[in-house]
Amino acid sequence: MPFVPHTPADVDAMLATIGAADVQALFDEIDPELFHAHLALPSGESEMAMLAELARRARQDETGPCFLGAGCYDHHIPAAVWDIASRGEFLTAYTPYQAEASQGTLQVIYEYQSMLASLTGMDVSNASVYDGGSALAEAILMAVRVRKRGAGKRQGGGGTARVVVAGACHPLYLQAARSMVRNQGVSLVETGFGADGTVAVEALERAVGGANPESPVVAVVMQQPNFFGALEPVDEIVAWAEARDALTVAVVNPVALALVKPPGEWNGKGVDIACGDGQPLGVPMASGGPSFGFLCARQEHVRQLPGRLVGRTVDNAGRTGFTLTLQAREQHIRRGKATSNICTNQGLLVTAATIHTAILGASGLRAVATECHRRTSELVTALAAVNGVSRRFGSPFFHECVLDLGTPADAVAASLAKAGIVAGLPLGRFYPQLRNCLLVCATEKRVSAEIETYRARLQLALGELR
Amino acid sequence: MMATTTADESGATRPTAFDIGAPGREAPAQRPGKTDGVELPPDHLRAQPPALPELSELQAVRHYTNLSGRNFAIDNRFYPLGSCTMKYNPRGAHRAASLPGFLGRHPLAPEALSQGFMSCAHDLQELLKAVTGMAAVSLTPMAGAQGEFAGVAMIRAYHDARGDHDRSEIVVPTAAHGTNPATATMCGYAVREVAVGEDGDVAIDALRSAVGPRTAGIMLTNPSTCGVFERRIRDIAAIVHGAGGLLYYDGANLNAILGKVRPGDMGFDVLHMNLHKTFATPHGGGGPGSGPVGVAERLVPFLPVPFVERVAADQPRYRWVDTEERPQSIGRLSAFMGNAGILVRALAYARMLGGEGMARVAEYATLNANYLMARLVAAGFTLAYPHRRASHEFIVTLLPEAQQFGVTAMDFAKRLLDYGFHAPTTYFPLLVPECFLIEPTETETKEELDAFVAAMVAIRAEAQHQPELVKTAPHNLPVGRLDDVKAARELDLRHGGR
Repeated sequence: MPFVPHTPADVDAMLATIGAADVQALFDEIDPELFHAHLALPSGESEMAMLAELARRARQDETGPCFLGAGCYDHHIPAAVWDIASRGEFLTAYTPYQAEASQGTLQVIYEYQSMLASLTGMDVSNASVYDGGSALAEAILMAVRVRKRGAGKRQGGGGTARVVVAGACHPLYLQAARSMVRNQGVSLVETGFGADGTVAVEALERAVGGANPESPVVAVVMQQPNFFGALEPVDEIVAWAEARDALTVAVVNPVALALVKPPGEWNGKGVDIACGDGQPLGVPMASGGPSFGFLCARQEHVRQLPGRLVGRTVDNAGRTGFTLTLQAREQHIRRGKATSNICTNQGLLVTAATIHTAILGASGLRAVATECHRRTSELVTALAAVNGVSRRFGSPFFHECVLDLGTPADAVAASLAKAGIVAGLPLGRFYPQLRNCLLVCATEKRVSAEIETYRARLQLALGELR
Repeated sequence: MMATTTADESGATRPTAFDIGAPGREAPAQRPGKTDGVELPPDHLRAQPPALPELSELQAVRHYTNLSGRNFAIDNRFYPLGSCTMKYNPRGAHRAASLPGFLGRHPLAPEALSQGFMSCAHDLQELLKAVTGMAAVSLTPMAGAQGEFAGVAMIRAYHDARGDHDRSEIVVPTAAHGTNPATATMCGYAVREVAVGEDGDVAIDALRSAVGPRTAGIMLTNPSTCGVFERRIRDIAAIVHGAGGLLYYDGANLNAILGKVRPGDMGFDVLHMNLHKTFATPHGGGGPGSGPVGVAERLVPFLPVPFVERVAADQPRYRWVDTEERPQSIGRLSAFMGNAGILVRALAYARMLGGEGMARVAEYATLNANYLMARLVAAGFTLAYPHRRASHEFIVTLLPEAQQFGVTAMDFAKRLLDYGFHAPTTYFPLLVPECFLIEPTETETKEELDAFVAAMVAIRAEAQHQPELVKTAPHNLPVGRLDDVKAARELDLRHGGR
């Protein structure tokens, strides 16, 4: 019996202690009509047989080099990261509600909070949410709560709250955020992007169409680098938001933050909330999950943060220790009035990210970010040399870039997939006007030979398709 | 590679990673080569590097290895945490999810290069349909609470699609998990609580008067958080359906009935499962979880996307179904495909169990709970619901001990840690005073359960004769009882402060 340790003698002794004739008797409070026939499922198999079958399937998904980013990146992960994160003491522990028995996990989370606050330049970080998409949703709902609390002092707080999305923000994050804020009187207004792939301040004005007291602009969301890898004018966007008394939400890539200006410094005093997906910090691509979402904020908003927070304190002998804190924000205490329904988060991935960040440090992360940019620049130069291929936007890019192939990009990507190359993301699915465009990315793992193979295959594919 | 040797458990304060480095120290093997400057506009660059640890690779490895030794975990302790299903997490499942083809798959990779993962997702969808008795399953919710959100959002979408806009309330029993009312609020509903009777079942008369034309639905856990099976579940279904509401099944306690009875047969319209409980995927110190949702026929159009469809059964090919094809869907809940790696682990576990193994899960979880309950009663402990069978869990109230010896359930819990057991769930459900919610799971041996009973008996003797010893526990752990008030009043949430 897989994973059930009982011997027949155990079962007999236990039933005798209970005073039950057999195991089925223990279900005698359940309506007999509810018991159904044997499940129509295959019989159990050994670990060896299971692994053989799943290995066969996993091999089907092994590909050649990956030039696709779009929120999930093929970075090198130091071998030590998952060797340690997979230790049973981290892997099989529960949420650290019994603090004295969970100092390992709690201290890791405290270090994680410190690292993410440093990277983003923000005051505080929570202990994680599910992923980048849900992090954006929680950030938006958090901004709405902050504004509602201030509604006594300011105008607004009545009708639909509008949240402006400035420029090119990840379309799948926006889809997820829409699903999650829909029933709470929040609407997202997208400005779209200009000819250079970023937003212009005039477009912000146009999108909101002047002040509307019935539907106040509660927050402005911006992603840096944006979905196209282009650099948004974040200082100007934040200044515009501040002038309208709107909160600011930044979506950022934690590895890029080793190099680019952190949201805590945008337009001087920084944004209100910074969020994103932590996958680049030591998490394998793994079909996009599990990864983790991070959520950081200014100190003044800490009581509106959703999810768990770990604080440093002392024990009854004065020794330093760590514990979950401000739990009155959370569902297990506050129930229907909680900041969010989140309970389980992405603890193990946070553990991996903490180890990863500790090993790389600021200089290692900066080296990775720099090398990614260098590799992507090499890729873009190589591919743009192919006849008919050009950069779609002229603005500076970081780590990712949009190429115009002059022909529908999904057909090109499908053709390259036959050679095992994951060519990038065809953008027509999200932006009909970009149906000839491909979003490409090269991490530090892509070598020049792979880039050359890609270039040659692309040239071939375009020749066949034209 | 997996290691579970016990590392450093003793010793007081461990410095943080920020405290043990030295300026300029690095892990050079992890640098990816050339690091020339980049040509970016200077106003976009960071002026000061972020304050992060500066360690050698060995220092980092040693630091986190030692920290791991300061955790209780299933791998080193009995962990009878009620409603959390802390069963053995098979290493084979972890190995399966760690296969290179699965770890290296980009979430937006073309379907042609993703058939392996997609076939796994499809198999799991089918398997979960079979064990729950539902018409369709979506795997995207990333934890139980997100599954709840998806479920209640579908209830809302269903009523809205019918033009039934006056339904503004979700009914929740007083014993429910906090996530239930929090979810209802996130979906824009008011919460209406309904009492639980003295026998642990929902009070039927109270339910009758609570439901009506404003009822959108009810959220129920069955077996309930009182550790008993809701005996009149089919009456409850008739009452709620009769009022035009739908029934939501919170799958937190699915382990108790897996392979025996199915929520779909009880009359539930929508449910979530906690794969990190019932399907033995690791809790990871707080996550990740996975909370797939299942629905009855009338809610199928509203399922969250994406999910996997199989075409051409003779030469199977798998394809994604996404927003474009599902205009009534409640939408996307994650950027990609939820916690995909957890889905692979759950499938691996389910394949090892097989159909007959599913039923054994419920049978032996129930056997262990009833045995532990009988032994604790014989040892003189008091049950919250003495006339009921245990499901896979049960509630002991330590109110008599608190009254006689002045020792609370929390004191008992902390002292259990000294005895090498993780404490049961304490003070939940809220309606039972000084309670322990105890869930042993099917993977524990009789010897382990007997040792737990012996510890409980020993602690009660201590409570009687040396109450201070229990009230000031734990004594054998890296830290003693922590000052939660100081933690909340003098917030210290990051190294270096701010």
